[in-house]
Amino acid sequence: MNITVKLFATFRTGRFSIESRAYPEGTSVADVVRELNLPEKELGIMMVNSRHVKLDHQLAEGDTLALFPLLGGG
Amino acid sequence: MQSLETHLREHAEGDLVPWRCQVDAAEHFALTLAEAEGAILELGLLPARYQRNREMLTTVQQLRLFRSRVAVIGCGGLGGYIIEELARLGVGTIIAVDPDVFVEHNLNRQVFSSPHLLGYPKVEAAATRIAEINPAVTLIPVQEAFTPANGRDLLHGVHMAVDALDSIAARLDLAGVCEDIKIPLVHGAIGGWYGQIFTQMPGERTLQRFYADRQDGSGVEKQLGNPSFTPAVVASLEVAEACKVLLNLGTRLTGRKLVINLLDMEIEEIIL
Repeated sequence: MNITVKLFATFRTGRFSIESRAYPEGTSVADVVRELNLPEKELGIMMVNSRHVKLDHQLAEGDTLALFPLLGGG
Repeated sequence: MQSLETHLREHAEGDLVPWRCQVDAAEHFALTLAEAEGAILELGLLPARYQRNREMLTTVQQLRLFRSRVAVIGCGGLGGYIIEELARLGVGTIIAVDPDVFVEHNLNRQVFSSPHLLGYPKVEAAATRIAEINPAVTLIPVQEAFTPANGRDLLHGVHMAVDALDSIAARLDLAGVCEDIKIPLVHGAIGGWYGQIFTQMPGERTLQRFYADRQDGSGVEKQLGNPSFTPAVVASLEVAEACKVLLNLGTRLTGRKLVINLLDMEIEEIIL
């Protein structure tokens, strides 16, 4: 299935801003995070089709997954 | 003896009261500068220092800002600019909360820091600065960390809180207390080239919903640090939101967040 993956801020470094990527059926957000080598503890908001999801959320054909790193500074 | 009202009206230029006259009135009638400011605004006159606010804000709104009490939690990169801008805007009472003293690595961005203030409490530096730039504003310095234990006391009687903290865990504590006492919260956070901001009204629990399971996470600021400009950008957006929340103006940043990327100069709106 094809998933549009959008990365934000530091997650783009050495990766991409937006890409359409092919994944097997049953792929979860956590699988994509692992495949892209994104450190889990740096994950902030995860959204699928503009809705907030958790790591175990299962993706479906045509979904857009957006991953934001955590920002904590002040 | 001439009344305060007569004194102020006689010395006003049109409806503007020059600073010199505000100081004279305070001395003459044994008032604080804040009390003199309140009296001026109650008469429908405007302290002349706010004349460039007046095409945006009415004198009634300026009075409402003067009667407002805002807590700024954190007095570092974001907090310094937020306090400076709230005071120049004319917010009457600012409660500044931060346990820390200035250290050398603050000097690249924290607007109240300077080499001679290394080791000096940030909230005391804020009080000194505000007394210098707008002595009619009352700044209450509290050199403590915000915790669930002292949070209710710190926020007692405030109209809203502005987040200038530096960890997710502390922000969740702040959001929890704001929800308990039903006050609005403007959230801002920064890391390197990046920032984010949203506003939450009582009942929305935006921060709690999105970050409840992220409190042990590590923000990008841990690797990237923070430069001089990112806190100024995000702090200014937070103060614009605070102004609108206090005066019920415009369209608030609720139910959505702005994600700011200064490296690629992109601002995205994310519906929450």
